[in-house]
Amino acid sequence: MLSGVLTSGFFWRAILAGSFLAVACGLLGVFLILRQDSMISHGLSHLAFAGIALGLVLNFLPLIVSLIICVIGSIFILKLKKQASLPGDAALAILASGGMALAIFLVSLRMNFGVELMGYLFGDILAISSVEVWLSIILALMVTILILANYHQLLYMTFDRETALVAGVKVSSLDKILVILTAITVVLGLRIVGLLLVSALTVVPAAAALQLARSFRQTLVLSSLFSLLAIMAGIVLSYALDLPASASIVFLSIGIFLATVGGKNLATSLKK
Amino acid sequence: MASKLIETQDELDKSKEVIKVESVYFSYDGPLILEDINLSIQRADFLAMIGPNGSGKTTLLKIMVGLLKPQAGQVFLFGQGIEEFEDWYKVAYIQQNATHLESKFPITVEEVITSSLYASRQMKDRPTGWRKERVEHVLRLVGLAGYQKRLMTTLSGGQQQRVLIARALAAEPEVMLLDEPTTGVDHQTQENFYDLLGKLNHDYGLTIAVVTHDYGLVNKHINQVACLNRKLIYHGRHEEFCQSAAFKELLADGHHLVMHQH
Repeated sequence: MLSGVLTSGFFWRAILAGSFLAVACGLLGVFLILRQDSMISHGLSHLAFAGIALGLVLNFLPLIVSLIICVIGSIFILKLKKQASLPGDAALAILASGGMALAIFLVSLRMNFGVELMGYLFGDILAISSVEVWLSIILALMVTILILANYHQLLYMTFDRETALVAGVKVSSLDKILVILTAITVVLGLRIVGLLLVSALTVVPAAAALQLARSFRQTLVLSSLFSLLAIMAGIVLSYALDLPASASIVFLSIGIFLATVGGKNLATSLKK
Repeated sequence: MASKLIETQDELDKSKEVIKVESVYFSYDGPLILEDINLSIQRADFLAMIGPNGSGKTTLLKIMVGLLKPQAGQVFLFGQGIEEFEDWYKVAYIQQNATHLESKFPITVEEVITSSLYASRQMKDRPTGWRKERVEHVLRLVGLAGYQKRLMTTLSGGQQQRVLIARALAAEPEVMLLDEPTTGVDHQTQENFYDLLGKLNHDYGLTIAVVTHDYGLVNKHINQVACLNRKLIYHGRHEEFCQSAAFKELLADGHHLVMHQH
């Protein structure tokens, strides 16, 4: 069984795409949680799903169509938050249900791609094509590089937005960059863990890292490592035991999270 | 520390205008919050902005740093219209409740200061080791030497406030604007905090404007007072303010004042 795994192209493609995505998710998640914007990936994932459905209807690369729709949607969320003066999660609820409604409508136009669509609903990393692997690597690298390149500005505005604004940090451009990067990450995650679990990928490892970290830099490193661990181990487990990869990945993430909470509580009670 | 904070008061051209507010009107979709405000802050001034709750003090401060745009009137920073002004590193702003941190934010004292250094482009072309020295220096200035690796969330409110002052100083500002900086900390901490501001103003010629309810605590350090209540009731020298009608009105409003003689 194991030797079969190691020579399988599916397996290595999944590992490669998954690990790049893991780092991007780990980094992004920390900023999203601390900006109290954890639900944005949930809202965007529904829109990304509508993009996939549209791609299938048009018979044109669903991942690309989804990427375009999701990026436009992410900018729209920012506008909606500002102009409708809505709290962030209300704008996201509108977007999520709108995206899902669009997906259902598109599916009803052509019923024959139900099976394919299921792959995006529940994730199907082992079915990922080599084009998609390259796309994932390039985009995940882009997310990582942009976050690291703007690290100090992002940290400044996440910690103290108003002062950062006065200090000349380009807060609104960085807001845009952050939602666009989230949109890209969500679309990539859709292929791997699916619509229903993609927001877990950005939130859970970061939440685990927040339990332990003694500095912001450490939080980013831990979050990426936890995310990497969950995705790699999840893929191996699913291949070895024939389990759904998406569920394995999310279970492992939550397992790591619970372990960090438990470990932290234990350490505190031992101190007392 | 570099140029701005080692100049002595004698060397400063005190007549230079740092901030000028000209006929400013402001409202948030309703009644006027500020009406015809004219105010000028000279270099090395220490100005206290006082007035009852809802008098527009915070709003005026936010207008001075460009966070709010007045419906009419103009603001000049270092002689330049605020719309064209680009040297924001010269202006340090410390907002109200700045220390009400998200309780989980995992940021160290060093990271708080460094992130602003990089963001303000102060790090350009600096030799290695400069950043560490700068962080050390500003922490010493505010009395928190050795606190670099401490998490912000483990500090007291007063200590957090000092870290924010240190962060502001690291960018070598020429003027510091603070909005009720000592809300929610005890009396002794407040007094120490204003002593620190007094020292920065007196020893380094840093221009300071502070919105405050603690007039009794700050008055031994300041040289200018602006008393607001939608309109500017009084603006001028601190000593003359104590004899003015606006001061008596303030006392009648129940402000707790302990006067210090210069």
